[in-house]
Amino acid sequence: MSDTHDANEVLSRVLDLVEEVSGEDGLGSHLDDDLFSLGFLDSMAAIELLVGLEEEFGVSIAPTELPREDMNTVGKIATQVAARM
Amino acid sequence: MGFYTTPSFFALSALVVLVSAVLGLLELPLMAWGLFASIAMLVLMFWGNLAAALSLALFLSLSIGSTLWLLGRPRSLWRTTAAVLVSIAPLVVYKLTVSLSGSGLLGFAGISYVTFKVVQVQLEAYDGLISKKDFKLWDYLYFLLFFPSFDSGPIDRSRRFGEDLGRRIPRDEYAGMLARGILLFMVGMVYKLVIAALAYRLYLPSAWGDGPFLQELGKQLACAYSYGLYLFFDFAGYSLMAMGLAFCLGVRLPRNFRAPFLARDLTDFWNRWHITLSTWLRDFVFMRLVRLLMKRRLVRGRLRTAQLALLADMLLMGLWHGVTVDYVAYGLYHGVLMALTEGHQKSAFYRRHRNDPAYRLMSWFVTLQLVFFGFALFSGQMSLLVKGALHV
Repeated sequence: MSDTHDANEVLSRVLDLVEEVSGEDGLGSHLDDDLFSLGFLDSMAAIELLVGLEEEFGVSIAPTELPREDMNTVGKIATQVAARM
Repeated sequence: MGFYTTPSFFALSALVVLVSAVLGLLELPLMAWGLFASIAMLVLMFWGNLAAALSLALFLSLSIGSTLWLLGRPRSLWRTTAAVLVSIAPLVVYKLTVSLSGSGLLGFAGISYVTFKVVQVQLEAYDGLISKKDFKLWDYLYFLLFFPSFDSGPIDRSRRFGEDLGRRIPRDEYAGMLARGILLFMVGMVYKLVIAALAYRLYLPSAWGDGPFLQELGKQLACAYSYGLYLFFDFAGYSLMAMGLAFCLGVRLPRNFRAPFLARDLTDFWNRWHITLSTWLRDFVFMRLVRLLMKRRLVRGRLRTAQLALLADMLLMGLWHGVTVDYVAYGLYHGVLMALTEGHQKSAFYRRHRNDPAYRLMSWFVTLQLVFFGFALFSGQMSLLVKGALHV
């Protein structure tokens, strides 16, 4: 139960962060959509996101650690964060 | 023997492909053959050029030595800095001596590209992505010397390259790679040896003449466009041939071009033109510089941070091509354009109109003209015109 709760909390905080760096609201309905091809993330927003993840969760992900296809949706980012917490 | 230019290179490449095909279709490992072929090809390339061969040997000693030393304590910032400085020293000495005296010290064909590969491994060692345990000397040597991309890229990444070496390719899959490799090689030959050669014949740089203004302008435009087309077909053709040979050797070398003249803006152009260079600079220069600027809060505001990093990124791209007025101008020009594009794309006007067909068409057209103007800087056509106007 608490794992699910934590996972949901991580997802919600990651969603807030992605909305903040992309400057787009309402990404909650795009949890599994490719943020790069939708134009919500670019290289600048991606690195802001990595810095944000480090500040918010204490999780450090190097710029080339993951291929873009493993970090291109809110859901995948949350999974990567949860795996490192 | 010049790579991708001399008949002997093509004949030997055919032999390399033939042996690779037999090994690959029998599901035998390709690495030992690929490494042997790469060393043999490089010996032939540097045959009769002792200075270049010695420079390559020095380069390899420095990069292998500094990488092994770094892997002893990979998370150390000062070791990483020292290792990177040692690895890029031959390239810096070479580029500076070429621009100062015309004949470069410590250089060899391919030094610009192989330096990127060494620095990638060292920076990823610092990031904790490559450890002493993962590091295999023969794989590393093969990665650096891999002959299809040695001369002019595409710039591969060591972990991706290593994955290709580490797995056995089933016969059916290899047969597909072989067929695709041969096709890519043939398309690349047509690009480089036919279309680029034709475009080059139309490239006739000249000073501004005494004819009517429009006639002179037309001559300069024709020159700029034919150079741009030549550059694309020559380099994309070469890149396709390199990819083709790599596929035959069981290595999925990444692609370098994706219809760059269809780019809708400058950012999109750099996602389509010399992709392995621009993504390398994005990952190892732009992103790291932004991270540093943000963490240390050195620049106010996200837009200014992005613009400063883009300018630095593109200036480095220009300098990497060579320390000359033309290349530096080319880098600065693209840096300024990328910074302006970043600013424009944050505007309300852009957000409102970015999907309008008229805006998209206009944006594509303007981008194309800016790109070709950049090629005129790159080729030296612009500096020829400026010198003519100043009578120097």
